[in-house]
Amino acid sequence: MITAERKPMEELTECLKPYNRILLVGCNECVTVCAAGGRKEVGILSSALQMAFKTEGKTLEVKEMTLERQCDPEYVEELVTHIDQAEAVMSMACGCGVQEIARRFKAKPVFPAVNTTFMGASERQGVWAERCQGCGECVLGLTGGVCPIARCSKRLLNGPCGGSTNGKCEVDPDMDCAWQLIWDRLKALGIEDRYEENIAAKDWRTGRGGGPRKIIREDLLK
Amino acid sequence: MENFEPTIVAFCCHYCAYTAADMAGSKRLCYPSNVKIIRVPCSGKVDAIHIMKALEKGADGVYVAGCLEGDCHFKNGNIDAAKRVAYIKKLLDEINIGGERVEMILMSAGMGERFAQTAADMTEKIRKLGPNPVKSAPKAENAA
Repeated sequence: MITAERKPMEELTECLKPYNRILLVGCNECVTVCAAGGRKEVGILSSALQMAFKTEGKTLEVKEMTLERQCDPEYVEELVTHIDQAEAVMSMACGCGVQEIARRFKAKPVFPAVNTTFMGASERQGVWAERCQGCGECVLGLTGGVCPIARCSKRLLNGPCGGSTNGKCEVDPDMDCAWQLIWDRLKALGIEDRYEENIAAKDWRTGRGGGPRKIIREDLLK
Repeated sequence: MENFEPTIVAFCCHYCAYTAADMAGSKRLCYPSNVKIIRVPCSGKVDAIHIMKALEKGADGVYVAGCLEGDCHFKNGNIDAAKRVAYIKKLLDEINIGGERVEMILMSAGMGERFAQTAADMTEKIRKLGPNPVKSAPKAENAA
């Protein structure tokens, strides 16, 4: 999922200062799962914003909405009947959702309520960790299902650096060394010899190196 | 301010604090009428939004009263509630309402005295803190 964290309240109240009526829009997908911008968080933020405004002698009318998916135009369209009553929109979705609202409603200022952080997995309740960087050329089949791009601090492709100690990364003693995890996994699978195979230098153009990316599926186009 | 009588909302678990309130009554113990009790099936049922709404609607203080550690009827509802209260405290500090207006209290069903004492302590604490800033703020200048 795409993970996110709420921005500090001070930043949020500051950007909403010029407005009296806003639309606060959550998303039912990733940000709901990582408890950053779902229906529940929309309710809490709405309450917090209104209280913050009241303490300064102002009022803020907040219309709360949570869309099925904020990154799909079909769902963003649901805002059309409410957008005119709001002076601004605050989105609790990831950056994709914020931009989709901005694209659809060009005359309306849109503010992000969360910092979109990474593509990750839930390690346990309340803990999310980065697992994928969307590099566009997956090597997980070569590395025992552990990603050296997302989980190695240096994104090394052929074994650990000198900073790997007792299975931990030199960046943070609580951070696993991805290459230790890869080695352990290859050993468990009985395919240690794969470690000897060199992975060729990566073509970063399939990632962000080639600029913003787009996928076009001709069979689905209408 | 001198005559300020705080309104305090107490979310009380049916299995402990609510019964402790009953016990306090049976023992003829006095506690301040400022405390308005809301009975919940477990303190773990109290969500962050319930605490926020209580304050938004004008409560000066809120506390969640759950069972003693290890005694929750639903295993760990009280632990979950305590974490939520801690989260809300931070949020309230961020918006200058003051996290100290919200507390998590643990007690057993037999602790009538503790219930009465908690109600008195919380009332006194909130009285010292003053009214909820949401209520005492100057009238809205931009009211729609």
